[in-house]
Amino acid sequence: MMLRLRYSKLGKIRFVSHRDMARIWERVLRKARFPMAYSEGFHPRPKLSFGLALPTCGESDCEYLDITAAPDWDAAEIDGLPERFTAAMPDGVIVEDVVELPAGMDSLQAAVTSCTWNIEIINTTEIDAADYVARVLAAEVLEVTRVRKGKPVTDDIRPLIYSLALTQTADGNLALAAELGTQPRALRPSEVVLAVEPHLETGRIRRTKQWITVDGARCEPLAAVAAVDAHTTVGVG
Amino acid sequence: MKSLWPELERKLSRVQKPARYIGCEDGSIVPEHAPHKVAWLLTYPDTYEIGLPNQGLQILAEIINERDDAVAERAYAPWTDLETILRADGLPLFSIESHLPAQAFDVLAFNLSAELIYTNVLNLIDLAGIPLRADERSETDLLVAAGGHCTYNPEPLADFVDFYVIGDGEEVVSEITEVLREWKATPRSSGARHHVLRELSKIPGVYVPSMYDVEYDGAKLVGTFPKYADVPEVVEKRTIADLAEWPYPKNQLVPLTEVVHDRLSVEIFRGCTRGCRFCQAGMITRPVRERPAEQVRQMIQEGLARTGYDEVALTSLSTADFSGIENIVRDTVHDPVNCGNVTVALPSLRVDAFTVGVAADIGSARRTGLTFAPEAGTWRMRQVINKLITEEDLYGAVESAYSEGWRRMKLYFLTGLPSETDEDTLGIAEMARNCVELGKKYHNSASVTVSLGGFVPKPFTPFQWFGQNTEKELSRKIFLLKDEVNTARGVQMKWHDSRASMAEGIASRGDRRIGKVVEMVWRRGGVFQEWGEHFNYDLWTECMAEAGLSIDWYVHRHREEDEVLPWDHISAGLHKDFLWQEWRDALAMVGLPDCRWTPCYDCGACTGYGIEHIVASATAPAGGSQGTGQDIIGAKTGVPVKLLRSKPETLTI
Repeated sequence: MMLRLRYSKLGKIRFVSHRDMARIWERVLRKARFPMAYSEGFHPRPKLSFGLALPTCGESDCEYLDITAAPDWDAAEIDGLPERFTAAMPDGVIVEDVVELPAGMDSLQAAVTSCTWNIEIINTTEIDAADYVARVLAAEVLEVTRVRKGKPVTDDIRPLIYSLALTQTADGNLALAAELGTQPRALRPSEVVLAVEPHLETGRIRRTKQWITVDGARCEPLAAVAAVDAHTTVGVG
Repeated sequence: MKSLWPELERKLSRVQKPARYIGCEDGSIVPEHAPHKVAWLLTYPDTYEIGLPNQGLQILAEIINERDDAVAERAYAPWTDLETILRADGLPLFSIESHLPAQAFDVLAFNLSAELIYTNVLNLIDLAGIPLRADERSETDLLVAAGGHCTYNPEPLADFVDFYVIGDGEEVVSEITEVLREWKATPRSSGARHHVLRELSKIPGVYVPSMYDVEYDGAKLVGTFPKYADVPEVVEKRTIADLAEWPYPKNQLVPLTEVVHDRLSVEIFRGCTRGCRFCQAGMITRPVRERPAEQVRQMIQEGLARTGYDEVALTSLSTADFSGIENIVRDTVHDPVNCGNVTVALPSLRVDAFTVGVAADIGSARRTGLTFAPEAGTWRMRQVINKLITEEDLYGAVESAYSEGWRRMKLYFLTGLPSETDEDTLGIAEMARNCVELGKKYHNSASVTVSLGGFVPKPFTPFQWFGQNTEKELSRKIFLLKDEVNTARGVQMKWHDSRASMAEGIASRGDRRIGKVVEMVWRRGGVFQEWGEHFNYDLWTECMAEAGLSIDWYVHRHREEDEVLPWDHISAGLHKDFLWQEWRDALAMVGLPDCRWTPCYDCGACTGYGIEHIVASATAPAGGSQGTGQDIIGAKTGVPVKLLRSKPETLTI
């Protein structure tokens, strides 16, 4: 059986990379004595499927992970899982919710269509920041050049900027609120602040939401599972 | 003092792998500091990834934090990117638990496990914000301490370190803490620093370099003499008699970011009496002290459950020698709690079929590579170094491994050993080729990787008198072998930079005068010298020349029997005449059996301190040349028993 869970990653642990986080999860699941399903083959690995990578140093209210449980796992245990996993986690990670994932669901990486970010901006004024936002939104095309596999690649990121506005961080500093698309590629907050001149400088970055589109509507990924479930049930009925 | 975290946090997004500076490891202790508590900053002078797994630091941190009059935190060398930022912004070395500046502590204590990190030690003392040289420090500066294997020759860093700890730290760290508690409780008036150092020098196992004068006669060392009558002439190492009393670390740290040896470690015994003549660890950590099997099992079970690791390393200097090792391995692998997903790592394996049998119990999951250390390519050479593995045993072990499903073999060798000929060096290629040949019977893809290190003679070994091969000679041998290996299918070779071996040689057997060379290398930017991308050979040769010191004299010269050695005022218990006899026996290719299972030859390590081997089984491992050793010695070289120069003594086991 597959499970999808949501967790937050806040504080010092924001400096832990996505890859390190994957290793931590493996240990946490073993510490919590959760029976994972393992892959076949020479090097059996636990079947874990991670969502979109969070940049190292970024915080998040909404990270996702799909886990496959061993066949003999008792599904009645699902209610206690968030507390069990949180207890085994380092400080700063709280597992918020877990749902059962029906067969045939898209992977997180394929299903998530956008993310909402809170991007602290520093060394600037509210007026300059507002001007920056206005110019980004007014642009029809925003070409950025990245280096991928050693080669420069230029693409237009404007279509992936779904929304952009001035806001504040939790402690009242100037910030951008941005919803950024993830298909065909995930646009990173660091690219948005470099989109037009003069660039903005970022402080803390925090992912506040991830979204899956179900029947044209944005859904939080665990809610999306419920929505698809309901949809399927209705369809069968 | 205030935590530097708010300032550090803003900088960490600008550095590589910031997770190594945040602490937060599972098992780490954030202690409560108080004015009456002695505060230790236990520092590993290399990166977090290298230093975090160090068991010594973790053991001492736990022991200190269990006391109600002391606290301990850890620090590691920041990588060059963060160091540049720290220096630019005037920030010091910091602890990673509370992110307190180094100056918030009373002792900055280093683990010295390799000589090439000496320049990092100076860098970190400087980054801590205190004067580099011990004699420049004021009453209010913290004390700089050092422990670890390299301290058996403390002289190269003697000008920079206030006090050294020689040997096992478990007991002495508390004795030191008690002296420091008194010091903390009294005003830091003039003379207080001298007083506390003098008091420390009276603790067995503690060496305070400033309490000693070094006398030279030209280049020649005359001796290192105590300045005061109450300071010992010779500092004896500390040895914990029974490992069972020290089940540490109880809460091994689980790092949040990847480190070397990222797994649970359980030390199954300390000390080794195999008697390999090149091996400093085997000489200075005698006698053998096994941990009771029940305690080992408990530490494995609790450790795995607590950490979530799926791998446990059973550490020691020769893991297959642990009494009943096969039961421990089997029980761990087959423990139903571990669901068949836990593997056991066995570092430092003996080369014989028994070992392969134990390794085979680990399960099929990790059966990709197996590592053995024959150390030398010919039987002649192995007799010289007293690593008495016969060809039959080696090939038997290798064939058995291939037949059990392993496909890759890694073989460790040294070159530049005493009396080594080109035939000995080339014997390595021959051996590797034969191993591949055996492997082909089982797998087409069978391969062997030869890993070659340049031999650096170490203090307190029978080879301490040997003149190290020159950089040129070492590199000639490496490429002689490389050319030969190129013609052998299925054999790859990796080797250690011979220039780094030269630099290591300077620090390894250097005297107090080498301190200024270490300082010059550091001042010219030579940090992280054990890292290939930072090692700078020219800096070392340049600084030696400018200091007016001869590399040839320090590194490549054979020492005489009556020569005073820079570490003669330190004792690992070993009689100097035992080591000298071993040196002569080496050149005569005369072997010495393992005293764990044969009568005592009185090396001094047990008799001098009134301690004994603690082993669960008095029987040597069955079969194989690395069993008792006596079969081959009797049969092949006919070593007369009289060479075992002491009265036989019965050991209590």
